[in-house]
Amino acid sequence: MTELLNNAPFFAVAALVAVACFILMTQRNLIKVVMGVVILEAAVNLFLVTLGYRTGGVAPIYTNAPDTLMVLPVPQALTLTSIVIGLATTALLLSFAVFVYRHYGTLDAGKIKELKG
Amino acid sequence: MNAMTVHAPVLLVALPLLGAFAAPLIGRFGRGARNALVALVILCTAALAGWMAAHVFGLGEPLVYVLGGGAGFAVPLPSGMQVPVRILFEVDAMSAFMTLITALVALAATWYSFSYWRERSGGDLYHSLLLLLTAGIFGMEMTGDMFNFFVFLEVTSIAACGLIGFRVWLRQSQEAGFKVMALYTLSGILVLLAVGLLYGEHGGLNIAYLASRIGGSLVDRIALGLLVTGLAMKAGAVPLHMWAPDAYGEAPAPTSAVLVANSQASLYGLFRIIFTLYGLTVSVGALGWILIAFALLTIVVGVTMALVQRDIKRLIAYSAVSQIGYMLLGVGVGLAVSATKPEFGRVAMEGGIFHMLNDAACIGLLFLTSGAVIRASGTRDLNKMGGLAHRMGWTTGFFLIGALALAGVPPLNGFASKFLIYEASFQLSPVLAVVAILASILLLAVFVKVFQAAFLGPASREVGEASTGMLVPMAVLAVTVVILGLFPGFFIDRIVAPAASALWSGRDLYIRAILGG
Repeated sequence: MTELLNNAPFFAVAALVAVACFILMTQRNLIKVVMGVVILEAAVNLFLVTLGYRTGGVAPIYTNAPDTLMVLPVPQALTLTSIVIGLATTALLLSFAVFVYRHYGTLDAGKIKELKG
Repeated sequence: MNAMTVHAPVLLVALPLLGAFAAPLIGRFGRGARNALVALVILCTAALAGWMAAHVFGLGEPLVYVLGGGAGFAVPLPSGMQVPVRILFEVDAMSAFMTLITALVALAATWYSFSYWRERSGGDLYHSLLLLLTAGIFGMEMTGDMFNFFVFLEVTSIAACGLIGFRVWLRQSQEAGFKVMALYTLSGILVLLAVGLLYGEHGGLNIAYLASRIGGSLVDRIALGLLVTGLAMKAGAVPLHMWAPDAYGEAPAPTSAVLVANSQASLYGLFRIIFTLYGLTVSVGALGWILIAFALLTIVVGVTMALVQRDIKRLIAYSAVSQIGYMLLGVGVGLAVSATKPEFGRVAMEGGIFHMLNDAACIGLLFLTSGAVIRASGTRDLNKMGGLAHRMGWTTGFFLIGALALAGVPPLNGFASKFLIYEASFQLSPVLAVVAILASILLLAVFVKVFQAAFLGPASREVGEASTGMLVPMAVLAVTVVILGLFPGFFIDRIVAPAASALWSGRDLYIRAILGG
């Protein structure tokens, strides 16, 4: 049972990936596509944080570290960077969606297809 | 070995980055001041890249640049071991070769942009993004760390999409911007997931360290699959190419040339990961055939789609996609025969890698001429153009050089590298060589069509030759194309062969440069 609980974050990652893939494959609305991309990013970020987590560990912020269990600092640094990058890409995607709506009057990817073939 | 050479790797990233953020500030003092700053930055960067490349080719081993890592930056572990906290750039002959390509294309494109960007506003931010994209590409090519590779990949993605959608008043560019950003983000996520898997498996992010630990376990294989998919997507290999024609076609003309350099940097990442990170721990034969499958699809689909285009920019975009296939074919054949016929493998690798340089020069030239053609004729539709050759003699000449080189007509540079690829892939299977040659002939047909439609015929309207500021960068690339074509042996011996052997047999050197021993 504890085994299952310890692995719960990985199941959450799998669930998020599944939701994101479902959205990306079935949805045609550009805003929903952005949501799918963001959920996929969140899944990867959760995966990274979980990689570095040690049950009962403390935050690794010491000059002279005591001999206690600590979570890994590197994945947290990676996740932080990845969140910042994700923010930039999401902002750019949404602003493109705004401009697409202004030009085409719709957000339906099925109707926006001047660039085909 | 002086201070400049020692610090060249970090300066190559820092200079354009600094220039990118300074450009909008200096732009407040007027267009001239901003152009002077951007020109200074890009000239210094190109000179540094050349200088560093000459140094690395002479060195014979990777140049390592360490940020941090000294006594003050070490974490003592309870076991007494010191873990250095540092950021590494590792430049071997292959990285140096790639920085040369990027420097050439970025120099020509930036120079061209000074005359190309005539809109009253936006020029500051446009040049800012162009420099940011250049900095990101340099970073991808030199970093010695998987996570930094991901960060630089995202820097190029964001800067590239900013440029693709820069002209917000054009509806197609917004559609292209959204599509490209979504797919670039997706490829970035795949790479990040793979980096996470590798970290979880081996507890490190340094490429040399990971390379020394990777043993081909299931997790390693999954990570390799994710990396190959993500980077093939970012490089625009069919069937993951949906973004590429939109990106190259809708971006401002000089940007398209830099976008091709960006795709090549992703290809570089792919090759670095396959050869240096994984080396012989995975079944290279199967991996080689996967690359060959990607390559054939890319060549065939790229050329056939180019054949049916009426939009000149989109037509060149599809031929740019097809050229990515030739690079993949060269390296894929090299991988597939690495165990059975290593001598042909090396030739194939040299062909594929040489083609990167050749493609950057001639596709870059074609994109630059397309900008001049579109400006002069006021349309992108080939059916509505005509007679440009009467007034635009120089542009016509440059277009011919670029088109013939791309189609692999001797004695231009495309022929030199494609010949190596034909020769080596024939050894593996004649079918590969036949497909590659047929595609080149079709490409020639495509460009004959463009030449006839855009340049020949009666002069329909008064057009003027492109401005000198646009002609000079085109001339630089055209001269490069001709020189590379006339003296291929010289360049293969001096820069291509060392780059190929850095991938082919330089894995131990690459690891030893960081880990010692």
